[in-house]
Amino acid sequence: MGLLRIRNMTKNFGGVKAVDSFNCNVQEGRTQAIIGPNGAGKTTIFNLITGIYKPSEGEIEFDGKTITGHAPHQIARQGIARTFQNIRLFPDFSVLENIQAADHLRSSYSLFHGFLPTPLRRRQEQASRAHALELLHLVGLEQRFGERARNLPYGHQRRLEIARALALEPKILLLDEPAAGMNPEETQGLMVLIQQIKDQFHLTILLIEHHMELVMGLCDFITVIDFGKEIAEGTPEQIQANPQVIQAYLGVEE
Amino acid sequence: MFVYLQGIITLICINLLAVLGLSLLTGFTGSFNFGQAGFLAIGAYVAALCTMKLHAPFVVSLLAGMLASGLVSIPLGYPTLKLKGDYFAIATLGFAEAIRLLVENLEKVTGGSRGIPSIPPLTTLTILLPVTLACIWLVRNYVSSRHGRSCVAVREDEIAAQAIAVDVFKYKQVSFFVNGLLAGLAGGFLAHYVGFIQPSMFGMAKSTELIVMVIFGGMHSVTGAVVAAIILTGLPEILRAAAAWRLVMYGIAVVFIMVVRPEGLMGSWELTFASLRSLCLSCKAFARRLYGRCFHGIA
Repeated sequence: MGLLRIRNMTKNFGGVKAVDSFNCNVQEGRTQAIIGPNGAGKTTIFNLITGIYKPSEGEIEFDGKTITGHAPHQIARQGIARTFQNIRLFPDFSVLENIQAADHLRSSYSLFHGFLPTPLRRRQEQASRAHALELLHLVGLEQRFGERARNLPYGHQRRLEIARALALEPKILLLDEPAAGMNPEETQGLMVLIQQIKDQFHLTILLIEHHMELVMGLCDFITVIDFGKEIAEGTPEQIQANPQVIQAYLGVEE
Repeated sequence: MFVYLQGIITLICINLLAVLGLSLLTGFTGSFNFGQAGFLAIGAYVAALCTMKLHAPFVVSLLAGMLASGLVSIPLGYPTLKLKGDYFAIATLGFAEAIRLLVENLEKVTGGSRGIPSIPPLTTLTILLPVTLACIWLVRNYVSSRHGRSCVAVREDEIAAQAIAVDVFKYKQVSFFVNGLLAGLAGGFLAHYVGFIQPSMFGMAKSTELIVMVIFGGMHSVTGAVVAAIILTGLPEILRAAAAWRLVMYGIAVVFIMVVRPEGLMGSWELTFASLRSLCLSCKAFARRLYGRCFHGIA
């Protein structure tokens, strides 16, 4: 069964079709990649799935239910977490607060408890703090829990963003170019991390990436898009041998 | 002298209540409200009219003013809170002017531009001071709760806040509503302190004064809002000796802080037991170093 199913999704920006009747089926437990040349519409697809944009046409189904046109926070609450291509942390928050901000499961007290220091609130705050520290340990940032997020080095910010997404306890994690701007060593570390969180949390992962070694090394399934349309899909081996893909990336010989 | 001091403290408390809501809405949630005087006016007029026309007890009048101002923020917030920063600020500005003109023209009810005279002076420090302290306490609790975190998340990055399942619109509305309640309460106290209200008290100048307090004290700190309300309400009184120059000096003080400390007097520092202790420790360490250096110098 597909955990996330996208059918004939189209997004028009004025006269431009950024995504053109795109189809995709993400199986549960898979690590799947969307690859394609710059401007092919990959990030737009993420923004459509997470509700930041509303699709002009088509349908998105998650876990058997339609989420087309839902508000972004509702979609996130159903179990779709994401990271951003150009990291979007809360710069003024500490590292720990960044994660706690996303932990609505452990700290779920109502507005009433928000205004008063009730025991329930204290319990939940403690639980969410402990959980946040665990997640920080996982991504190797537990030493820096008190630092402001803006002061973290770039690679750590990427890891923190992943930890924050995990605090939502999602079913699927969308990673938008997680290795962008990383050196080969950091990319290796990231690959280990992604594999580890996938196994530990039984996640399904959908990622956009340009680093081919990461894509080929991690993913079970790849969808290639160009001009907002999927032009090929298959296992890494199939994709590497696909003439259309090579054409899209390298152009056609005159 | 004692009565004079009492008067200043009363004014500080009233301003503080209005600034407190603004601190939550503008400082913590990031929606710039340039029309706080409008909410103040609603609270003041509703409370005054309840006392004068309905002969309601003081507490009931206060609650009525508070609720009226809070409730107005809901239909106002519904279409405007979805606007981006500057547009929301303009909308609140327009709202405050609309309220002022409405009050001016509903002569039969509000007395028009002549205002409402001889409101019984029921505001005393014995009721105002505990209420103010309680409100500070409640707001402090709120901003340090998970809801406060969500507010700050909204301020810092709306898209990221949505991505971690924060209902951006809801938190803006809650902040706007609480801001309305507090401003309405402040208005009610103001009307029953001054004993006389007229539309010109609730113009742009008042809104500006209040938002300046929030920025002056530090946008991200309740402590800052409190300190700023105390300093900026007290300053014109302290400078009374300078006569006509006092407002100039007030302006200079504000500009000075903005140049030297753009993040406001307190930045995002909060007064808590923990922060006080760490401050004490660093002061002690500093003193010890200083002492050591002097001693070394002599030896």
